[in-house]
Amino acid sequence: MEKKTPLYENHVAWKGKIVSFAGFLLPVQYETGVIKEHMAVRNDCGLFDVSHMGELRIAGKDALHTIQMLVTNDCSKMAPGQAKYSPMCNEEGGVVDDLLVYKLEEEEYLIVVNAANKEKDAAWMKAHLSGNVEFDDLSEKYAQLALQGPKAERILERICEKDKIPQKYYTFTKECMIDGRIPCLLSRTGYTGEDGFELYCSPNDAAELWELLLLNGKEDGLIPCGLGARDTLRLEAAMPLYGHEMDDEVTPLETGLSFAVKLQKEEDFIGKKAMLKKGRQERTRVGLEVTGRGIIREHCTIFADGKEIGVSTSGTHCPYLGKAVAMALIEKTYAEIGTAVMAEVRGRMVEAKICRLPFYKREK
Amino acid sequence: MAELKFTKTHEWVKYTEDGKAKVGLTEYAQQQLGDLVFINLPEEGDCVTVEDTFCDVESVKAVSDVYSPLTGTIARVNEDLLDAPELINEHPYEAWIAEIEDITETAEFLSEDEYETFIKSEA
Repeated sequence: MEKKTPLYENHVAWKGKIVSFAGFLLPVQYETGVIKEHMAVRNDCGLFDVSHMGELRIAGKDALHTIQMLVTNDCSKMAPGQAKYSPMCNEEGGVVDDLLVYKLEEEEYLIVVNAANKEKDAAWMKAHLSGNVEFDDLSEKYAQLALQGPKAERILERICEKDKIPQKYYTFTKECMIDGRIPCLLSRTGYTGEDGFELYCSPNDAAELWELLLLNGKEDGLIPCGLGARDTLRLEAAMPLYGHEMDDEVTPLETGLSFAVKLQKEEDFIGKKAMLKKGRQERTRVGLEVTGRGIIREHCTIFADGKEIGVSTSGTHCPYLGKAVAMALIEKTYAEIGTAVMAEVRGRMVEAKICRLPFYKREK
Repeated sequence: MAELKFTKTHEWVKYTEDGKAKVGLTEYAQQQLGDLVFINLPEEGDCVTVEDTFCDVESVKAVSDVYSPLTGTIARVNEDLLDAPELINEHPYEAWIAEIEDITETAEFLSEDEYETFIKSEA
């Protein structure tokens, strides 16, 4: 049976259209619709329930070493209050999951993982703990809200002490009081390609925090947003999604995450040997802009020079850019910007060309 | 809307005086589909068969088939929808998709009241 997040009743009250996602009942959109929700995040601000995400804790003297072995990015120079994105690989270099590492204290970390992978991740991590560490699944103890958009900071300033608002992207305040009464971890992170925050709080406080944010953001255009907009936003910003741009058989190098793979770090992390052995990668993630008519979604075969060169991994019509784009994993020799390709969409060939990623990048 | 007939697959049919019929999507269908961003229209002269897909519409979320409520030949398509599929969201009973002629068979039609009852039973 699907689980309800602590905000389920709020979604119903706000007229969310509820669907099942990764074992949770969540709103795919509200009455406003995906396009308006998407545009609210680009222009003003949107609020998402992301309580389905998993929170795992690793602590102890050897916590850092354990994490360094598990993830491909280098967490050795992180200070408490910093967050880092990283893939976590299997022995073959395929991606078990992609995640965020929060350094809470010198020997205490919170790892935030995809809902659909949480059980798999927890089992994988437990099997690869090294030395003196504790491991806990804290997912039931956290609700998570994402406040995303250019006006997010201004909205938070109304209900949060200004000096508690993290100023740098990928930093966080471990203990922050919203409206002087709701404790939460406030992190300047997100999955929309926009400035914004993620707030981790107790499930008991989630409903109150949700309504408080919506009330205080109303004058700035804040509206609740569903999973539909979350997907179009991340896609427009070309952020990879587990199960689409990567999985157990795709390496982070192939899917364009080399910035988060530190082959030169001291630890011989899981998957490193396989990646080195593979050597020069033969496929890569590219952006496609549809030049013909239609929308290329996932699992469409991509052709060039009359032969199959790969497959699309995600695609949609991007509300902000006003055009259809897709991401695909293709043979590297065809990855040059401007290369004309075809995608087979439900038995019909749709023309596209390779374009630069990300499709959308916010102005700083 | 008494002149409209409805199907269980959420299309509407409106007969015109010359024995042709216009076909579109219902208010309930457009609500369920969400914001439409693309439509793949049939072509004039295409033969269509009752309950076979003859068109597809795409929202930002997904692609959905539209089933033909009639067997016949496509007389005209509403080309305005190519650039503005959102017209279906805005005015579902004005934004016709295609006009069908030489009609030889029809789906099981519901009246407006029957259709309303049907939607409630589905929800």
